[in-house]
Amino acid sequence: MSQTETMILNMGPQHPSTHGVLRLVLELDGERVVDVRPDIGFLHSGIEKTGENRTYRQVLPYTDRMDYVSAHTHNLGYVLAVEKLLGIEAPARAQYIRVIMAELSRLAAHLIYWGTSALDLAGVSGVVLMYCFNEREKILNLFEASAGSRMTPSYFRIGGLAADLPEGWVEEARGFIRQLPRELDRMERILTRNPVFMDRTVGIGKLSAADALAYGITGPSLRATGVRYDVRKVMPYSGYDQFDFEVPTQTAGDVYARYLVRVAEMRQSIRIIEQALSRLPGGPINVGDRKIVLPPRAELDTSMEALIHQFKLITEGFHPPVGQVWQTVEASKGELGYYLVSDGGPRPYRFRVRAPSFAAVQVLPLLCRGHMLADVVAIIGSLDLVMGEVDR
Amino acid sequence: MTDANPVIEAIRQAFPEAVLDVQFFRDEATLVLSPLHLVRVARFLHDEPTLAFNLLKDITAVDYMPQGQSPRFAVVYHIYSFPYGYTLRLVVRVGEGEAVPSVVPIWPGANWYEREVYDMFGIRFAGHPDLRRILMPEDTAGYPLRKDFPLGDTPVDHGVEPRH
Repeated sequence: MSQTETMILNMGPQHPSTHGVLRLVLELDGERVVDVRPDIGFLHSGIEKTGENRTYRQVLPYTDRMDYVSAHTHNLGYVLAVEKLLGIEAPARAQYIRVIMAELSRLAAHLIYWGTSALDLAGVSGVVLMYCFNEREKILNLFEASAGSRMTPSYFRIGGLAADLPEGWVEEARGFIRQLPRELDRMERILTRNPVFMDRTVGIGKLSAADALAYGITGPSLRATGVRYDVRKVMPYSGYDQFDFEVPTQTAGDVYARYLVRVAEMRQSIRIIEQALSRLPGGPINVGDRKIVLPPRAELDTSMEALIHQFKLITEGFHPPVGQVWQTVEASKGELGYYLVSDGGPRPYRFRVRAPSFAAVQVLPLLCRGHMLADVVAIIGSLDLVMGEVDR
Repeated sequence: MTDANPVIEAIRQAFPEAVLDVQFFRDEATLVLSPLHLVRVARFLHDEPTLAFNLLKDITAVDYMPQGQSPRFAVVYHIYSFPYGYTLRLVVRVGEGEAVPSVVPIWPGANWYEREVYDMFGIRFAGHPDLRRILMPEDTAGYPLRKDFPLGDTPVDHGVEPRH
């Protein structure tokens, strides 16, 4: 047989292993992947356009919707960007609580990654999914107690937080963090040295450090290639420089290395949360400026001034100075950037989101070429894509 | 955050005619470049071992039409240097119908970002290998992130005639 004719296979946008509405047009030679053409935009909802037509405070809930599995991190990036624009900094207590929430979100997001990857790849070991969702459920319960919402918390506010932690929250979080390492060990025993899982992941979807940088890949996928780059260390925000934690790396750059990095990262998140909980400072949770932060509800009944401030903030919002800022945070998927341009008005003149998953989808063809069709599933899973932030 | 001045000085020395303006706001440096020199400056920033801006974080654009500015658009690049630990913002101003030289040969990851800018603003990138819409459907009329593109009120095509 000398004839080599490739076949075009459509995968997605509705396909369980694409973890969202990602469409891939695969060119196959037998079961071998010759080329991949990703097709995105199915979840495009014009969040940037919408953001430019809302006041700064109103934009916040839209940021949850981009990465609905680790929403706090997206909230954090946005409020930090606006605070930078205003030239203010949240009080220490608010910063610590933000760090706790962001790290809990990272844990929740990595648990989703872990469970779904196991289910995609290792057949019966997909039982890990149940353990992961069990732990994630406890995190979501903590979110529900603090923010009132499980997946779209919008708990942070420009200048601080929506509310202080409810009574007993810290003890509950501490209890969760104390038992989590044991659960992680249990899941690792099922998967980390599992021969089926290793056969499916070792040497698959290799990414070199040079290619990762050339394509703007950040986060665990970059660190799995040996580059020690973590925004929390390089450009510390929200007080991350006060915590003692390591940045785990691997050198192989394959699906398995990305798995190892994420698992190691979860244990570092636990360390950060432990430190933040034990050192949680007291004091206010919001900056004192009433031109930026709403007055407490009780004051509205007695103070005319508070009523005016409330009215102005809700109807008009505040006016940051003319300028432009770029703020990045280390999200669970990589470096998340917000670019805001202010014209001095109450709405962002330009609201731009640099989503880490967007860069990751672009690198898919490079990773998939030459592998088997079934490996495409492993590679998509290992990049931990969230289509909400790819398409925005 | 590290000081951007040595980087800006290096560019000024190598390409005195390329830097049109330098702005500082909240410790962030913005370098306004002439589009004619963009690729050469970008190549210099990327290749020069002491600078090594080898991580392109983002490309986007801003439409300044309501402010009556000319040229109408600003294309904005955020690039990062590991040795400096610094994110630099490059800005290139471009008018409607004009093209910006593509930086895909320098940062391959620019491919999709430039496609998104084209999709959302209608700014063309000269020398781009595959300049197509990326998020919006191919037959979209207009460019959604332009300031004169209406918010809402655009009819949705469901592919079937409504039955009344």
